Amino acid sequence: MSPHKFPELTSGHRPIGVVSFAQYDNVRREGEHNEVEMLMPVVAEVFANVGITKDDVGFICSGSTDYLVGGPFSFVTALDAVGVWPPRAESHVEMDGAWALYEAWVLLQEGEIDAALVYCFGRSSPGDLTEIMSVQLDPYYMAPLWPDPTSLAALQAQSMIDAGLATEADFAAIASRARRSALNNPKAQVAYDRTPESLLAEEYEVAPLRRHALPPLTDGCAAIVLAAGDRAYELCDRPAFITGIDHRIETHAIGARDLTHSPSTKLAGEKAGLANKKIDVAELHAPYAHQEMILTEALGLSDDVSLCPSGGALAANPMMSAGLIRIGEASRAIWSGEADGAVAHATSGPCLQQNLVCVLEGV
Amino acid sequence: MSEPVTMMAAPTRLDYVFTPGVAQSKNLHGLEQGKFIGQRCPKCRKVYTLSRGSCPTDGVPTDEIVELPNTGTVTTYCIVNVPFAGQSIEIPYICAQILLDGSNLSFMGLIQEIPTDEIRMGMRVEAVWVEPEELGPTMASVRYFRPNGEPDAAFETYKEYL
Repeated sequence: MSPHKFPELTSGHRPIGVVSFAQYDNVRREGEHNEVEMLMPVVAEVFANVGITKDDVGFICSGSTDYLVGGPFSFVTALDAVGVWPPRAESHVEMDGAWALYEAWVLLQEGEIDAALVYCFGRSSPGDLTEIMSVQLDPYYMAPLWPDPTSLAALQAQSMIDAGLATEADFAAIASRARRSALNNPKAQVAYDRTPESLLAEEYEVAPLRRHALPPLTDGCAAIVLAAGDRAYELCDRPAFITGIDHRIETHAIGARDLTHSPSTKLAGEKAGLANKKIDVAELHAPYAHQEMILTEALGLSDDVSLCPSGGALAANPMMSAGLIRIGEASRAIWSGEADGAVAHATSGPCLQQNLVCVLEGV
Repeated sequence: MSEPVTMMAAPTRLDYVFTPGVAQSKNLHGLEQGKFIGQRCPKCRKVYTLSRGSCPTDGVPTDEIVELPNTGTVTTYCIVNVPFAGQSIEIPYICAQILLDGSNLSFMGLIQEIPTDEIRMGMRVEAVWVEPEELGPTMASVRYFRPNGEPDAAFETYKEYL
């Protein structure tokens, strides 16, 4: 019998908690260090926070994509940042680190291991991100047109305006709040105290989106340690237990989607058991300001939920990492006692195509 | 009725600015001066040539710089007989894994100035560099390796690097 208290879980599930989180300084261009050199201090920090080493984790899972690095098998060379000899159980997803965390959570559920390392890295600076992102689109009808992510997001924002669901002033209000919250986030890349009115005076980047509604281009990386059961309490006074986690995807055909809503987020939230939880903090991965409105609605978050206290992806948007960072920031709110219940969200693909929802609870 | 479309071309080209990082920059500047630079792991003391800055065994920064000699040992090799697009060397030629003296990591190099049927494991070789004015921060600064005339290295000296 464990001396510790755990949150109520789906029958048969193990309590698995986020016990440590570290991230790189989010910068516009990391021109000095390579990916391994960026990851090494972050991995060292995420272990040092809880006094363990790589020998104490039974699994390592990472998230990244070679398209950002511009070279093959970059995820294999990145393992040099951890040191995987003697051989380690290890895996990789060509996705944001939030999905790597999902894989680690599944493996921890099997019960063979008690702790896992999750890390991810992504730079926006080596290539032209607008071109790289368009290569992820369907290769027949979309990719040959090279639509950049901001233009696709602008179509989404415009359809919200056309449907009477939002105004440009709403986008400015979200950006103003997020960047003001980011002033308290030492890892934020873009933080300021500006009124929505002053933001609305900016020129359009792609109408109806102005510069403030866009995410920054960010180089960065992040890491998390997950631990199960009593092991979580050995490493952390108040683990951020995952009471539910789920991810869903919508069609790749953008024209076939209703871009003003996010049914995949809604379904993932339902499957993650969000409806039964009291949520104090939500860390949403909304790279474009208007997407926060879509996500808030899809998750059914009430007005008293603290939205993206870190500033969210508008404060820093390292590719393949901004989703995992949301889980790290939400966990931090639980460790500090600021929140008892939190939800973290990660997205991938154009216009919120794929979404992961992770519900966290402190006991 | 028109013929069904069974094929389409969608040319894709992406350009990148490569960041070698602190460690690899030291290697590349070494090549620019006609020198091989290695880096030693503070924990296991192994020396890595062309390192990306970490020990792949221990996951710690390899901060100690070690200047390596021009000589090494062929650990294994293959003779290339197959022509392919963009081939710049006349076939047949020898592609070998070379372990520099004092290093614990081999890398791939071209072997020249020897008939292909005389290549063997353990052969001692030395680097032939381009002319000083042609040296640059690139492996192209090494034209090739050639036998240096020393007796073959004993198998025990390189058996860990195969």
